[in-house]
Parts: sequence; structure tokens; C-alpha cells
Amino acid sequence: MTTKLSVTSVKVLDQDEALDFYVNKLGLEKARDVRQGPFRWLTVRFPNDPSVEIFLEEPGPPVHDDATAAQLRELITKGAMSSLVFETDDARGLYETLRTRGVTDFTQEPIDHSYGTDMGIRDPFGNGIRILQPANVRQEH
Amino acid sequence: MNRRLLRARDAMDRAYAEPLDVRSVAAVAHVSPAHFSRSFRAVFGETPGRYLQRRRVERAMFLLRETDRSVTDICFDVGFSSLGTFSRTFRAIVGEAPSAYRVGNGPLVAPNCFQMAATRPWAAAGAATKSSSSGEAATASVP
Repeated sequence: MTTKLSVTSVKVLDQDEALDFYVNKLGLEKARDVRQGPFRWLTVRFPNDPSVEIFLEEPGPPVHDDATAAQLRELITKGAMSSLVFETDDARGLYETLRTRGVTDFTQEPIDHSYGTDMGIRDPFGNGIRILQPANVRQEH
Repeated sequence: MNRRLLRARDAMDRAYAEPLDVRSVAAVAHVSPAHFSRSFRAVFGETPGRYLQRRRVERAMFLLRETDRSVTDICFDVGFSSLGTFSRTFRAIVGEAPSAYRVGNGPLVAPNCFQMAATRPWAAAGAATKSSSSGEAATASVP
């Protein structure tokens, strides 16, 4: 029986730019960074949830041939490739923080629902990210 | 270019309730209106105007399901400026009138981001279908 999710991936156009966004904008941390020839196993994770890592996967050799990589890049920039859902303990505070950090690609400003407050952003490449503050999480301030 | 078009599409998703025109949305992508419409269609398979109509109708479907607001109020809530255009567009896309849709559909128990994607009306070019299909919006907008 399978028991848990340990690594998922988001396809990106540039691993360094992705690392900067997910770490310096969203607050994840670098987990692994291993190079093997042209292949770079680069993952990020949440400091308080280190059991799940996100592989920042850049299409290209040796995994993808040039034509496939081009197709993947096309889909990424259409917003049709990868998507993620994160949680936060303060959606509105995060929204302001992200704006301060220069993030402009919001797909949705924070909205209250019965199950919590959510918002939407895109990473620099087009991947959609929903961020939810569950209704039962109290804000710290 | 795709990324800029996606940014303009996101702007339509965000500001659907405002009076948007091709010029203002094209400005988000930093291209001329004519080039924008052509490029948008090539990348996303429908014109920007059609995309915005589906977004507005999806929000109208949501309000019809989840609130008691009148059809007229909902028409203006989601960015239409005339009840006639709203009713005609809604019927063409959903296959029934707003009031009939309200009678047949109650609130969905699902997170809003899922609803926005899953209930986005989808119609192949020129052929209206019922509102239950998901299709392209699901791949583009979930979550």
C-alpha cells in the first residue's frame, strides 16, 4: 500500500528564477540541490513541513528531447501545466507581503469563503498557485 | 508572449465585473488590440471576448445557485450592462435562461476554486452545450 506523498513537481522555465520565487517570495526553503551533468535535482519545501518536497523541474535534456521540452514550455506559459495549493495562517497578511516583495501576478485577491480565505497567484512562468487560510486557523496577530 | 497573454486572461478573471474592453485587456499584454485578439485565439482557442463572456456567465451561474439576488442584479454584478445581452448570452452558453438555471441548480458543496473551474461553461465554437461540461477551463484554471 502506498502511504504518503513525499515529492511532487512543478515545471518551470528556469530553476534559479524558480528558486528565488519559491524561497524569497513565498517563504519555502531549498531542500536539495544535486547536479548530475545537465540534470539538476532541485527541490524546495516548507520549513515546518519538511516531509514534502517540490521538485522545480526545468524541461530539457536528458529527460526531455528538444521538441518535447518546447511543448512543455509552451504549456507552462499558457498556465496549463502544473498547479499547486498551499496553506497560510494569514492570507491577507501574505497578500500584502507578496505585494511588498514585488509580486504582481495575482489571479485572485483574498476572498472569504465558509471554509476559509483564499487567494491566487501565478509563479513567474505561469503555474497557478492557490493559497488557502483554512477557516479554523486563527491569525497570530 | 504566452505569459503576457495569460496575464491578460488572468486580468479578465479578476476584473470581470468591470466594464472591460479589448483595448484595456490588450494593454495588460502590451500589444495592440488586433494583435491581442488574434494571438489570444491562437493560444487559448477562443477570442478574448468569448473568454470574458464565459467568465461572467460562470460567475452569474454561481450567484444564481448560491444567492437570492435577482437576475437583473446578477446581470450587472457580473459586468453585463444590459439585461437583454445577459439573457441572450447566458442562454446561448448554458442552454437555458438564468431563471430556469436557478430553479434546476442549488448550491454546490465544493471549494470556490474548484467551482470556478469545474462549472465554467464550455462550448465548442458555435455549438452551445449544457453547463455540466468542464473541458478547457479545468486544465487552465485548476486550482
